[in-house]
Amino acid sequence: MKREKSSSDVLWSCFLLRSCAGVQGGFAPTGGWRMPAGSGRGRSVLQRSLSLLLSGLCCLALLSLPVRAEEETGFDLDYYGRFRGQNLSINVFNWGEYISDGSDGSLNVNKAFEELTGITVNYATFATNEELYSKLKGGGARYDIVIPSDYMVARMIEEGMLEPLDFANIPNFENIYPQYRNPEYDPENLYSVPYTAGTVGIIYNTTRVQEPVESWGILWDERYSGDILMFSNSRDAFGVAEKYLGFSLNTTDPAELTACANLLLEQKPLVQAYVMDEIFDKMISGEAAIAPYYAGDYLTMADTNEDLAFSIPKEGTNLFVDAICIPKGAQQKEAAEMYVNFMCEGTVAADNITYIGYTTPNSAAYALLDPEIQEDPVSYPPAEVLENTEPFLALDQETGLLLDSLWTEVLTTDSGYNKWAMPVFVVVAVALSISLTLVRRWRKKRDQFK
Amino acid sequence: MKAKFASVPYLVWIVIFTIIPMLLIIVFAFTSPEGSFTIANISAVGRYTDVIMKSIWLAAVATAVCLLLSYPFAYILSRRPARQQQVSLMLIMLPMWMSFLLRTFAWMTLLEKTGLINRMLGVFGVGPLEMINTSGAVVLGMVYNYMPFMILPLHSVMMKIDNSIIEAAQDLGASPMRVFFRVVLPLSFPGVSSGITMVFVPAVSTFIISRMLGGGSNLMIGDLIDMQFLGNAYNPHLGSAISLVLMVIILLCMSIMNQFDDDVDMEGAIL
Repeated sequence: MKREKSSSDVLWSCFLLRSCAGVQGGFAPTGGWRMPAGSGRGRSVLQRSLSLLLSGLCCLALLSLPVRAEEETGFDLDYYGRFRGQNLSINVFNWGEYISDGSDGSLNVNKAFEELTGITVNYATFATNEELYSKLKGGGARYDIVIPSDYMVARMIEEGMLEPLDFANIPNFENIYPQYRNPEYDPENLYSVPYTAGTVGIIYNTTRVQEPVESWGILWDERYSGDILMFSNSRDAFGVAEKYLGFSLNTTDPAELTACANLLLEQKPLVQAYVMDEIFDKMISGEAAIAPYYAGDYLTMADTNEDLAFSIPKEGTNLFVDAICIPKGAQQKEAAEMYVNFMCEGTVAADNITYIGYTTPNSAAYALLDPEIQEDPVSYPPAEVLENTEPFLALDQETGLLLDSLWTEVLTTDSGYNKWAMPVFVVVAVALSISLTLVRRWRKKRDQFK
Repeated sequence: MKAKFASVPYLVWIVIFTIIPMLLIIVFAFTSPEGSFTIANISAVGRYTDVIMKSIWLAAVATAVCLLLSYPFAYILSRRPARQQQVSLMLIMLPMWMSFLLRTFAWMTLLEKTGLINRMLGVFGVGPLEMINTSGAVVLGMVYNYMPFMILPLHSVMMKIDNSIIEAAQDLGASPMRVFFRVVLPLSFPGVSSGITMVFVPAVSTFIISRMLGGGSNLMIGDLIDMQFLGNAYNPHLGSAISLVLMVIILLCMSIMNQFDDDVDMEGAIL
């Protein structure tokens, strides 16, 4: 549930980080970085210190913007200054490209947090919820902040992997919209603070699909046979079928799941391919015409191909939320809560959401966004659409296994190969190998008698 | 003594990065999420027989095609002057300087309905052909990506076949067919068997080729394992069980190949 960022952004942020790191020592009270110039080791040292000075100036210029902005927007300095000078550090584990990193003149959130509080942020990223889960479950790494998606939050709560939050330390929780509070994955809202949200809808190419798209049913429309893409992950694919049939996204009824599997099987001849990230290429180039996918990613595609449109079907859809949590075993819980609070600051959340491109659950951040983005029905669908959504929750092991095997069946049946080909092949191979051995023995014997 | 000393880092490396992970896979395959011993994971693999059979079938087809294409090529190449051989081998290796992913991605744009090949055919009035998202495309991807692994061992074995042996056979009155079947083929068998292993093993466990060129509906064992570890199904125990089964299958295939190999050694001895 993340979207790709262009690599130039990454490069740029790398460069920035490196130049910042190079100068970080320079902010020490001794002003140590000026020393080499006076040590008189000739031109090279002078040049080096000059370039250091220059990059330091660059960095200062960049850094001074957010720092001053902080003072103006009035962060609670008493609150954020509590741990100053204690040399604390927190480990943050987030999705890749899922935080504003200071590129394009935006706020470098982690850097700003360090400046503000004196707490060092060790930042690491993951690619899937399952990767995060296995890292935490394995116990090899200690994190103070993690940002899983809804169903993974529910699973972690169930397995006692999360620390209850002390909301007295997170006053900015009041910025979160009421409809995002007490979500189904965390009913009493003890463990998580929503970070981003997004919907799943149908992306279609208006040059090929002239009719208005209102229902998931268009994914079963034979007129578009061969032009339809489908999710290749089981949960999302079943989600589409479940919504079309009017079931819950979290149904555990085997009969309902089987009905969905049959529906997906019915759809299979019409589907061009089952994809995840390949969808960008295929929709942008016009290779496919209709695909269900995440709203935030539609915006990325629409940047390149203006013929694409997005629609949330009337049967309802999945609303996914990624939420900030503190895992059990966090060593700096209060510092981590301070980080959570910082992420909920209006300006910080606004910069983050502008960078990520998803929907913000934060009212203070929403107020700071461009009016153009605020009125975009893709990122901020009207309330009646949002009411008709459902989050993914954790499925029990049995249902998970059933879902998985049904999905594998959908993907593998009717694939047009002979079931007997392989056993026959194996038998022939073994027979060949045995007969070769026999022939060899026979020959050896014959040669002995010659 | 010295040699023993020098091998210590390699031993440590192998223990840490090969043997321990293998043992972990076995442990995972035979335990339930609660940590108790079970064979339920292994029997659950039975549900995916279709996928496993299909992977073996596609990999076998790809290996056969590789062999059929590479064998004559490697033979012709090995009879050329050394300079030409060097240049040709360079050219064979050239695509491998590019990322594997990128090469497969390129085939995607070539084979698509709106891809280069179909657009070219369209100029001549041949309707768009269904090329991508078929098992044929998966085999093509495998053949294209793994062909060098077949050519290189074949070539290195054939290079060692002395021309004088072939001439001797011809002098003794063997027909070209007989020379090939009685002299060249047996002598090149070690290359054939290592080539088959080197193509078959990565082909049977690939997942990115089937995902990109097979359109996601041509599942292979690799995709299954990927689904268990990084997908929604998250079940490392079943994933380990599947990879254990895959390992056993590969071992079986290699033992069959070794049968051929032994035989060849004997044949060579007879000759």
